[in-house]
Amino acid sequence: MRVFLILFSALLVNNYVFIRFLGICPFLGVSKKMDTAVGMGFAATFVLVMSSVITWLVNKLLVVMGLSFLQIVVFILVIATFVQFVEFFLKKNSPGLYEALGIYLPLITTNCIILGVALLNAQANYSLLEAVFHALGAGLGFLLALVIFAGVRERLELYDLPKPFEGLPIALILASIISMAFMGFQGLIKL
Amino acid sequence: MNNLKEFTKGFFKENPTYVQVLGMCPTLAVTTSAINGLGMGLAATTVLALSNAVISSIRKGVPKNLRIPIFITVIATFGTILDLLMHAFIYDLWKTLGLFIPLIAVNCIIMGRAEAFASKNNVWASFLDGLGVGLGFTGSLVLLGSIREILGNGTIFGLHLWGKAFNIFAMILPPGGYMTLGLLAALFSFIGMKRKQRGEQK
Repeated sequence: MRVFLILFSALLVNNYVFIRFLGICPFLGVSKKMDTAVGMGFAATFVLVMSSVITWLVNKLLVVMGLSFLQIVVFILVIATFVQFVEFFLKKNSPGLYEALGIYLPLITTNCIILGVALLNAQANYSLLEAVFHALGAGLGFLLALVIFAGVRERLELYDLPKPFEGLPIALILASIISMAFMGFQGLIKL
Repeated sequence: MNNLKEFTKGFFKENPTYVQVLGMCPTLAVTTSAINGLGMGLAATTVLALSNAVISSIRKGVPKNLRIPIFITVIATFGTILDLLMHAFIYDLWKTLGLFIPLIAVNCIIMGRAEAFASKNNVWASFLDGLGVGLGFTGSLVLLGSIREILGNGTIFGLHLWGKAFNIFAMILPPGGYMTLGLLAALFSFIGMKRKQRGEQK
């Protein structure tokens, strides 16, 4: 039961994009079109779940060796290596998606969601199963945020906005309103 | 003279937050008060300036296709050092900023400056560039934090301005962060457009 609480807490109540403010750069960058948003969301979810398994194991090793202070450096390197593998895989098996994600795929490495979730897993002392569900919730929450946002932004393209608001400013104000909606989930789940 | 330019360009012309739109996560997350914004900004500036200097000093020995992992390691090392130092000496601030101190290591501003500037220029210029961009970032954070703190809590740097009746609590919650940043970005782009117009008229 607890794993589902963790899942929905990460997915809705503490949505990583709207409430915890992680992963904003790809969120603002790739949400202009629906198909790239979906691609990026699934890529990030996949990387999140896999890297949280890897970092969980690595963290156990670091604790045993008494090297916990190296957490940040080691986690980043492990994640970067793993993303490189995903990149090779996509390049070979789905060139369309690879083209569409463009610069944002290597940027998954510096997507703070991935490192943030890995660090939170280590901080909260989650078991492996809990860590995986936490990462899955975070990834699906990110996907949800991207899809909602891309849907609204595609329509927004058609409207005649005041010049200074075009592009980023209106996107941020939109995010504010969606974030307000997500605040409604606040307090639903107590862990 | 040239060095001065490297130093000041981060303040307005290449301001990392409003013009280049980098490093959004800490910008939105920690600016619930001016003091948090200042702390976060200075922490990032320290890492940025030092890692820029180190990366610039090793730039000739780094193989081209290995540069990203090497840069990340350098930046993450400084991030770790800062995390431990802040834990030891300014525990309260460390606790409020929480996850965002270790996440300085993946802040795109720092990686961006390493890639765009430090890997091509000498140590002194890179250090100044990092310091300038970092202070520009700090300025944006303090501005954003002050507005949110004044409107949401009725205080600035902890100083009371008016009674609780005027507080808009939502401003220090996540929606307020997005809203304030959106309006400030619109303001910056408005100023930029006006400047351009004036330039064309001349």
